[in-house]
Order: sequence, then C-alpha cells, then structure tokens
Amino acid sequence: MPELDFDPNTIRKSVNVKAAQEVAWKVFTEKMAKWWPLAYYKIGKANAVDAVIEPHVGGRWYERGDDGSTCQWGSVLTWEPHSRLVLSWDINADFQYDPNLKTELELRFIAEESDHTRVELEHRHLDRFGNRRDEMRRIYDTEGDWGKLLEAFARVAEA
Amino acid sequence: MATATRIERAFDALGDPTRRAVFRRLRKGNRSVREIAEGMDVSRPAVSQHLKVLKAAGLIGVRVDGARRLYGVDPTGIEALRNWLDGFWDETLAAFKAAAEEEQNRLEK
Repeated sequence: MPELDFDPNTIRKSVNVKAAQEVAWKVFTEKMAKWWPLAYYKIGKANAVDAVIEPHVGGRWYERGDDGSTCQWGSVLTWEPHSRLVLSWDINADFQYDPNLKTELELRFIAEESDHTRVELEHRHLDRFGNRRDEMRRIYDTEGDWGKLLEAFARVAEA
Repeated sequence: MATATRIERAFDALGDPTRRAVFRRLRKGNRSVREIAEGMDVSRPAVSQHLKVLKAAGLIGVRVDGARRLYGVDPTGIEALRNWLDGFWDETLAAFKAAAEEEQNRLEK
C-alpha cells in the first residue's frame, strides 16, 4: 500500500480471479459458505454452516448455525449485480441493526479480458470497531469467544 | 508491546465515542490540547485524560514544538489494529478466489 494513500481506518484489497464477472459475483453473494472462514469468523454460539446475503438493498447478511439459528452480521447497502456490492457490519449487543455501529464493506467486480475479474475490496470506518468490541466483550467475556476471535485474527495478521 | 495486547488496548481505547472523536481530530493533523478541545463539548482536562489513554494504547504520540505539546496519530499503533483485518481479508479473498475459479472450471466442463 502506498504511504500517500494511507488511511488508517480503511483497508483496500484487490484480487485477480480467473472467472467471469458473473461467476465471481455469484460465488461471492450466493456461495459464501464455500470460502468464508466460518470456523472462526462467526458470532453465534452454534457451529455456523452458512453465510447468507439476501439479494436486495436492505437485505440481511447473516450466518446460519447447524441448529437453524441465525445471527445477523449486517445488511446490504448497495446491490448492483454483477459489479458492485456494499455491505454493512452492524452487530450490536442484541444482534440488531444499529446504524451507529456499522463498518462498511464495498466489493467491486471488474470484468477483464477472457473471463478474468478483478475484485476490489474496501473495508472502511474501522474506528467504529471500538464500540463493537466493547459490546461483544460484554456478551462473550465469560465464554471467551471474543478472545478466541482476537487470537485467530492476530494469528492471521502475524502469519 | 506484543501485537495481541496492543490490539486489545487499541480496541479498548477506541471503544469510547469521545475518544474516537479526539482520535478523528488528530487524523486531520497534529493538534495541541487546546486545539482539540475547541468546538468539542469536553473540558481540556478531560481531553488530556483521553489523550493519555490513546497514547498508552499506542494510537497517538506527542511531539514538543517550542512551548507547545502537539499530539498526532502514531501510524504504527493504528496499523496493529488494521493488521488483523488486513490479514483476515488476504486469507478470505484468497479462499474466495479459489472457490470462484473452481466454479468457473466446473461451468466450463
């Protein structure tokens, strides 16, 4: 990342995928369980078996547990198949939507020649995680779930 | 400071809305306590207290400029916080890429 661009509250990533734009979009939005690290990035008490994005603005983004329970992660802010998707992460202490807590995740799917797609990711307003952390702590302190998530993240960051 | 501890402290420090407001002001450039408190509904001693917590968390630093003490963002502090998610997205996008390419191959068969 160039220093001039450095915004401490935004993460930008880009990945080149050997798949058509439509395929990339579909795998991202409809087959999240195939690639999302559900084993350690989840919120609920049950084992998460799927992550679902409801395909319209205002749709929910949630995990589904093996006991049928669901836990919302956020919602769809922008839905422009097959090119642009903006999601919010807005989990508060009651697992309810709270516009004051959300961080934003934007995905752009850019078609390139011969069925290649560049996928750009921007995760912004990271300073708002501070609030979320305190609330999550209140819930999980006794079980240590949050601690495990922190450790998992730290391991990834240090790898 | 170990990375995990540092991240914990950074999250703790930014968990307070007033501290986030103070931190946001510093992102626009180095400021003195007086400059930070201007236009905020917070007393100067309270701002000083928030700065102390942010500094202990490694999020900001202080520089002496003549008679003034200027506070500013410590780029390595917030970086620890970002690093988590940064690594998370690297891994998650790599997994996504593999899944999308597998799907493309399946469709071509």
